Amino acid sequence: MSEKVMKHPGLNLGPTHGKDDEAAETMMFGFWVFMMSDAILFAMVFATYVTSVHATAGAPGPHDLYNIKSAFIETMLLLSSSFTFGMASLAMKYKKSTLRLIGWLAITLILGVSFLGFEAHDFISMIGKGGVPSRSGYLSAFFDLVPLHGLHVTVGCIWMVCLVGQIACYGIDRQVKMGIMRLALFWHFLDIVWIAIFSVVYLAGLT
Amino acid sequence: MTVHTSHDTDQSQRQQQERREFRSYLWGVGLALLLTLVPFALVYWGVMTRAALLIAIGAFALIQMIVHFRFFLHIGFKQKREDLQLILFSALLLIIMVAGTIWIMTSLAVRMAMPTQP
Repeated sequence: MSEKVMKHPGLNLGPTHGKDDEAAETMMFGFWVFMMSDAILFAMVFATYVTSVHATAGAPGPHDLYNIKSAFIETMLLLSSSFTFGMASLAMKYKKSTLRLIGWLAITLILGVSFLGFEAHDFISMIGKGGVPSRSGYLSAFFDLVPLHGLHVTVGCIWMVCLVGQIACYGIDRQVKMGIMRLALFWHFLDIVWIAIFSVVYLAGLT
Repeated sequence: MTVHTSHDTDQSQRQQQERREFRSYLWGVGLALLLTLVPFALVYWGVMTRAALLIAIGAFALIQMIVHFRFFLHIGFKQKREDLQLILFSALLLIIMVAGTIWIMTSLAVRMAMPTQP
């Protein structure tokens, strides 16, 4: 069964949500414009990293500083959090119980926070090995790129806590639905940026 | 009577759609898992030459991004025209800027005899 043309890119609420579905059209388009400009920002920081990856100035390089196991765990955490957020989106779209929606959001939040914990641990161990941002061009570029993604994930986590608070106060009204749909796009987008990070930074750095 | 049946078909269509969308997420996570495990395994056991590894990592990353766009962000050809144009034009800008930057800076590094190899 093919659906009608989608109102906006991403999971659509569908006609059972009535006016909320129509309100989503402009809101989601606007958020996509923001996300695409954010993608350009990330792309330029990636370009900076790639062009300065050899500028180690005698300081520790990728092989001394990266840990493939830690990068793998972070990848798995973020991938599973993308899936659990998808489940939260479906719970909202098909009007399952509020508890189910909050449960999936809570699991996503836990996965996101554990990702941040592993990442912070990585940075601390890098700094312990002498890989501080001011040491070389390569390290400046690394600490520009990877923590920028971490900052996005942090903002996403804070946003998620705010949304759960809004659900508790107001129930699942239009504002909350729009919030969850935008955060879902943002969260999946951050997972796509992470694919580029683990490939370009960690895997290519460790070859 | 007729109202009742149309409501029932609506209900079953919705359930069908829900199952289809759930399966789409499952496919997405399964494919993404596979496309993550392979490059990590290749790098971990170092079974190829460096150039071949880099190409493989790039290819797997690109395919995984498409998988995420398709199954998690639900981008397909059922979009409205301007939505698809937004995404494709952003991708075009992104490719021009990144490829241009890397080209210019690598050329500069070669001409200035700066280290380009680790």
